[in-house]
Amino acid sequence: MTTLAEKFGRDDWTRFTLRQRLTRYGVLLGCALAIAWALTSIEVIWAWVWGAPEQIGDLFGRMYPPDPSNLDTILKVLWDTVNIATFATTFAVLLSLPVAYIAAQNTTPNRATLWLGRLILVTSRSVNTIIWALLFVAIFGPGVVAGILAIMFRSIGFIGKLLGEAIEEIDRRPVEALEATGASRFKVIAYAIVPQVMPTFWAVSILRWDINLRESTVLGLVGAGGIGIILQGAIDTFNWPEVATILIAIIVLVIIGEVISAFLRRRIL
Amino acid sequence: MSAPRDTWKKPPFIANPVLRWAVILGAVAYFGWVGLTMPIDWNRVAEGLGRAGRIFGGAFPPSFERSGLLIDGFLESLKIAILATAGGVLLSIPIAFMSARNVAPKPIFYLGRAIIIVARSFHPVIVAILFVKAVGFGPFAGVLTLIVYSIGFVAKMLAERIEEIDFGQVEAMRAAGAPYFSTLIYAIFPQIMPRQIGLTIYQLDSNLRASAVVGIVGAGGIGATLANAFGRYDYDFALAITMVIVGVILVSEAVSGVIRKRIQ
Amino acid sequence: MLKISDLVKRYGSGDPVLKNLDLTIEGESVVSIIGSSGAGKSTLLRCINRLVEPTSGSIMLNCTELTNLRGKNLRAARRKIGMVFQGFNLVDRLTVMENVQSGRLGYISTWSAVTRRYAKADIRRAYELMERVGIAQYANTRADQLSGGERQRVGVVRALMQDPDILLADEPTASLDPKTSEQIMGLLRDLAGELKLPVLINIHNVTEAKEYTDRIVGMRYGRIIFDDEPAKLDQAAMDQIYAGSPHADRAKDGAAA
Repeated sequence: MTTLAEKFGRDDWTRFTLRQRLTRYGVLLGCALAIAWALTSIEVIWAWVWGAPEQIGDLFGRMYPPDPSNLDTILKVLWDTVNIATFATTFAVLLSLPVAYIAAQNTTPNRATLWLGRLILVTSRSVNTIIWALLFVAIFGPGVVAGILAIMFRSIGFIGKLLGEAIEEIDRRPVEALEATGASRFKVIAYAIVPQVMPTFWAVSILRWDINLRESTVLGLVGAGGIGIILQGAIDTFNWPEVATILIAIIVLVIIGEVISAFLRRRIL
Repeated sequence: MSAPRDTWKKPPFIANPVLRWAVILGAVAYFGWVGLTMPIDWNRVAEGLGRAGRIFGGAFPPSFERSGLLIDGFLESLKIAILATAGGVLLSIPIAFMSARNVAPKPIFYLGRAIIIVARSFHPVIVAILFVKAVGFGPFAGVLTLIVYSIGFVAKMLAERIEEIDFGQVEAMRAAGAPYFSTLIYAIFPQIMPRQIGLTIYQLDSNLRASAVVGIVGAGGIGATLANAFGRYDYDFALAITMVIVGVILVSEAVSGVIRKRIQ
Repeated sequence: MLKISDLVKRYGSGDPVLKNLDLTIEGESVVSIIGSSGAGKSTLLRCINRLVEPTSGSIMLNCTELTNLRGKNLRAARRKIGMVFQGFNLVDRLTVMENVQSGRLGYISTWSAVTRRYAKADIRRAYELMERVGIAQYANTRADQLSGGERQRVGVVRALMQDPDILLADEPTASLDPKTSEQIMGLLRDLAGELKLPVLINIHNVTEAKEYTDRIVGMRYGRIIFDDEPAKLDQAAMDQIYAGSPHADRAKDGAAA
């Protein structure tokens, strides 16, 4: 009669082998150490930390009740904000088409263009909209131009990357078939590639518009146009009730934008 | 036999002609009218092109002289990201349970979803400004901001995952007479753990990017260093900082992608 | 007339997939190519319209040498070679009419192609062909809503819209059920007669090859080892073509070399 130990190599059951357990504990320990390091070395005045809930409560207290007296200006500037987002997204969508084309392995003419396309996309994606805005405000001065350019430059990377991936994932068979009919490269793209990436194209563009709506609300905080300017003004003058109104307006705008964006994306698929 | 047809038109995307023309005319009117009435100072734009030349000239080559400041700023951003991810993920778990249709009673469900919506609708920069005003300048405001930012994303994704779990496992536990928390640990947690870990890593990466930005409004980290550089027209330092930010983002994205693939 | 001489296709430094092939197709005949997987049937077909680049040899279609064409000339030559694929290779999201008209892409201007303004003659021809094969009612339907047999018919019409001098079919029925498969083979045979078109078909199913084609070419391991009328394909010939394995063939060739 063999014992369990002889039959199975061990006579207890644990969920993880010793090696797995050590790895898990190791990772957990690593995380704990990282957190401890961050906590102890961060430059924070701990007295302020404990006072934080009270401070935050105080701030919200001052915001209530929201002051709607300036509402018409706020709404007008909010409309400007929507326009910045919409125009910038449209330009970005148009510009990202050629970039996506050269950044996709199966459509790019040669290695140099592939590398160039990927470089453009990576640069665009890694620099945050606000940082682009800082740059363009320095160049073109405060105003909507800086804002539109900032959003454009950031969006090209987002759309271009997803579009490039969609192009790389197409079914190659119709491409082969149309090449066999003697069609030129352009016509093959128009008939075999474009229809396949259309759904992704629209979905990504609408999604980016939605994200840009949110981004354009803060451009004004660095001077690049939109409602951020009014928000900054209200904050600087400690007009907290007006700040509250502006925040509510922003939330309503963002929610409407999400509803529209979800609706459109459902319809086109 | 009738004569063969010789005309053909592709069925339009919007079938209803009234709707189609309304959309087309609406789009033309919008872009035309708004485009023309946009408040753009074209002189300034023209000037800008000249300025751009000067700025880029001043920006090359990037100056790493004050690398001490750079490294301090980056480390502070890193700390903010770590703490915000830890705090945000921990808070997201209860909030996610509150926002899952299949485990939360209706009123709590609405409360949970409302929290998530508020957390997501405000750009982290706005949240940062508010926290700076409430608790003062510095990384603490940044941590609070990114905790809110994390909750907005992680709690939402986690709630969706909880709504998708196989309820059969929960039923089996309940049928076996397990108390509430045991059910939680044995039937629900194992199903959401992989997603949870993936989300945590993704959010760490996200927070690292965002922490570069909240500093611009005073919430600590390398963003503050960058804003200062721009303010003082130190474009070569600004370029150096931007390059570091981009580099860090790329490394972080690559590492995070690799880890997430390994744990699948 | 299609005349292939001394065709060789080699990938890298391994054994050639096609070894000094000679094949002539004249006038309107339906020719089938049979052989086991790896015999090189598909490679042979694809060398004709240069979807695969031949390593050496000559392929002449109606006195035009195809192997050294490039750019515009290659495209002009491809217009005259229609191809039907095993996977149908349609653009799923486009309508049947657009898929069919894409056969004319080698002839029409870019503007008409992009705006879908097709010539009246082209539209008339499309409807005629679609009626002939029985899919005219699907003109405005998206290609991915059709059944396999219907999709293959769209593929056939697309190829015929090119007004080709020869029709190539690469395992056109391998993805279809037996009944639909026979319908398509019948269609190819009938159309070849009606349009006076030579047709070259790669096929697995030897029964269908015997029934629907006038001439059978049997390939084995890159060489043509049978070329005669279907009646002459007896069991001995079948064994010659299908017996053994590529591995054994490689070894035998190596020993003989």
